[in-house]
Amino acid sequence: MIADGVEDEEKWLAAGIAGLQQNAFYMHRALDSNNLRDALKYSAQMLSELRTSRLSPHKYYELYMRAFDELRKLEMFFKEETRRGCSIVDLYELVQHAGNILPRLYLLCTVGSVYIKSKEAPAKDVLKDLVEMCRGIQHPVRGLFLRSYLAQVSRDKLPDIGSEYEGDADTVVDAVEFVLQNFTEMNKLWVRMQHQGPAREKEKREKERSELRDLVGKNLHVLSQIEGIDLDMYKETVLPRVLEQVVNCKDEIAQYYLMDCIIQVFPDEYHLQTLDVLLGAFPQLQPTVDIKTVLSRLMERLSNYAASSADVLPEFLQVEAFSKLNNAIGKVIEAQPDMPILGVITLYSSLLTFTLHVHPDRLDYADQVLGACVKKLSGKEKLEDKKATKQIVALLSAPLDKYNDIVTALKLSNYPRVMEYLDSETNKVMATVIIQSIMKNKTRISTADRVEALFELIKGLIKDLDDAFHDEVDEDDFKEEQNSVARLIQLLHSDDPEEMFKIICTVRKHILGGGPKRLPFTVPPLVFSSLKLVRQLQGQEENPFGEEESTTPKKIFQVLNQTVETLSNIPAPELALQLFLQCAEAANDCDLEPVAYEFFTQAYILYEEEISDSRAQVTAIHLIIGTLQRMHVFGVENRDTLTHKATGYSAKLLKKPDQCRAVYACSHLFWVDDQDNVKDGERVLLCLKRALRIANAAQQMSNAARGSAGSVTLFVEILNK
Amino acid sequence: MVLVLAIGDLHIPHRAPDLPPKFKSMLVPGKIQHIICTGNLCIKEVHDYFKTLCPDLHITRGEYDEDSRYPENKTLTIGQFKLGICHGHQVIPWGDLDSLAMVQRQLDVDILVTGHTHQFKAYKHEGGVVINPGSATGAYSSFTYDVNPSFVLMDIDGLRVVVYVYELIDGEVKVDKIDFKKTATAPSAH
Repeated sequence: MIADGVEDEEKWLAAGIAGLQQNAFYMHRALDSNNLRDALKYSAQMLSELRTSRLSPHKYYELYMRAFDELRKLEMFFKEETRRGCSIVDLYELVQHAGNILPRLYLLCTVGSVYIKSKEAPAKDVLKDLVEMCRGIQHPVRGLFLRSYLAQVSRDKLPDIGSEYEGDADTVVDAVEFVLQNFTEMNKLWVRMQHQGPAREKEKREKERSELRDLVGKNLHVLSQIEGIDLDMYKETVLPRVLEQVVNCKDEIAQYYLMDCIIQVFPDEYHLQTLDVLLGAFPQLQPTVDIKTVLSRLMERLSNYAASSADVLPEFLQVEAFSKLNNAIGKVIEAQPDMPILGVITLYSSLLTFTLHVHPDRLDYADQVLGACVKKLSGKEKLEDKKATKQIVALLSAPLDKYNDIVTALKLSNYPRVMEYLDSETNKVMATVIIQSIMKNKTRISTADRVEALFELIKGLIKDLDDAFHDEVDEDDFKEEQNSVARLIQLLHSDDPEEMFKIICTVRKHILGGGPKRLPFTVPPLVFSSLKLVRQLQGQEENPFGEEESTTPKKIFQVLNQTVETLSNIPAPELALQLFLQCAEAANDCDLEPVAYEFFTQAYILYEEEISDSRAQVTAIHLIIGTLQRMHVFGVENRDTLTHKATGYSAKLLKKPDQCRAVYACSHLFWVDDQDNVKDGERVLLCLKRALRIANAAQQMSNAARGSAGSVTLFVEILNK
Repeated sequence: MVLVLAIGDLHIPHRAPDLPPKFKSMLVPGKIQHIICTGNLCIKEVHDYFKTLCPDLHITRGEYDEDSRYPENKTLTIGQFKLGICHGHQVIPWGDLDSLAMVQRQLDVDILVTGHTHQFKAYKHEGGVVINPGSATGAYSSFTYDVNPSFVLMDIDGLRVVVYVYELIDGEVKVDKIDFKKTATAPSAH
């Protein structure tokens, strides 16, 4: 009768403990007066408390522990007895007269322990006897605890190599046999628990079972501790027997726990060498067993093992670990077509980690793993499951972390395909991870193909993947993303100008598809990279004429012109203006007058048409004047036109002080120390006078004394030059 | 012994991905009392980074700065010295000492810190000092070829300021030292 009601259980437990303690008390009294018969009588009564079937395993355990303590004292007494001359064989006989089987067996085990210690009989005989006798108890909970007791007392008395109990007749084989048998019986009892009792209490039973699982697992632990077991014995005897039991019991809970146990307790070298057998067991397990977790743990252990020392790596190769694991996973997935996608990815993730640790140089293995992943993912739409996507991100980040070099990761052809299955959020996350890895390791990406591949990977950041409009992306996040793309562009560099130009064109192609929101972030770095290239080309003046297709500054400027134009099409006129001026200066350095003029024209047009904010105008004017002042490539006419225009703009600024300052700045346009043909003193004076006039007007308007004082100082200085 | 960091023209992310790692490892929070930044950071992340180095941060606006609320120029007093900051693109001709001196007189400061040319300069001029810390990232400049990353650390001690300039040349950080002493000042004319 199974207990129903925790309070009842508490009551029964209390009653049991009370009975136990009472009998223990009498037993001690008998022991103290050396009364063997009484001692046995009371101990049997005490152990009868363990006959209850009313307690859950948890409570039974409490009762058991107390009994265990008492039995220790009893054992010591028995030992004393034998020293006093009582024959152990007789004692062995005597205890079997106890009335009920359970107490009888507990006492027998206790005596047996002393028996073995006395070495009057070979250990193996006693052990064999005991393990057979315990068959008498078929009730799961009681039987499990009894056998657990047996295992515990016999633990240090196994005829292991080097132990004192080893003899001619007793060997490790016997020890192994004993433990295996105990294990087998315990497992059977454990599994039987599943099927006891009404179906509605299944959950409760399963919970109780999991409380007891360590008892069963202990045996495996003992096995692993036996020193005499070497690889051969493990391969021939231990593993097959254990696996046989595991597979045949056909119980989901047992299989999961025991497979995991095997993997955890036995050493990794053994696992490597028996990989076939171990993996062969997996498909035979019940379909509901959570194989992926077990397999993942196995791979994790092996990965750690590989990482622990480099000497073990050849073993892996010899055993062809990778292909076996790969096949095993494949079979498992085939056998369970309904496995949720999370499971599949977890498996492949572990396998990939394993590959990266064990075979860091075998890119094709990593690629294979990714390829298998792709195959499995294909046919489904983009993943919605959060956990699965997280796993995929982990899967994809692993090669990055390991290789520390995006270039290697780019060689994995299946990498981008996996990324395609991520939804756009995660795609962006992944892209950011990639960029961060590049920046951290400062990898230089130096060929156009690699750039192309890289931009394929991060295309989530570069353009909107779905055509559907996204709901508000957080402003700051967006800026951060784009800034990281911008920084990335800085890192794309090749020393060969041809290659660099190709890179620039590739990048340009990609970012122009980014849409108006992205361009202000991505175009400037591209422009500056190009300008750097121009400068580099300039430095290589030695190039003789005659190369048709080589990169010339002129070509680059053409590209630049178009690129910056796109910026002016979306409203970003200030930025475009600045970039035009920068290009103009660069053209100036290359002595390309028409190009520079073109750039200036564009800048002026922008100024006239687009820039209307007065502060922006002031800044823009300063830049225009500053740039123009440094130009030395223009002929007189061109320069005149431009200067005239600039002065005109200055005079039309909104605020008078600004006007004044701009105009006297323009005066510098007419007098540049380095250029002999630009020293038009008259025009300088004209400018300054104009500035003065404006200043006076300003003064009249608002006592801006400083404005005029400033221009006076300047006047003096310029005349002094 | 007040440490003032003068730095600017980083142009992150337009012209450079980040500060050189050697500089980054030298710039540790807690050691510097003031940061003077000439402008052209350009993004908020760099601003935040400077804030972590030292909460007392003074920035003026460069033409590429994203944040348009920075002032065109700024003055502050540290110890016995008056410092002024201005990015420099407003001063025409760019980099011209006389024009910069005019700004110095205008702002009525002893030390003027400007940038824009991406080239380190330190002049003594008519009782005042003009310092250009260059570009901390070595960013491309139409003005200067071959820009070496550089920044300036000023140690202000009473009437004396020692200017340490850190330059990254060929992967090595080179330090140079310049001494300036302020003459006992009469109160300025304005």
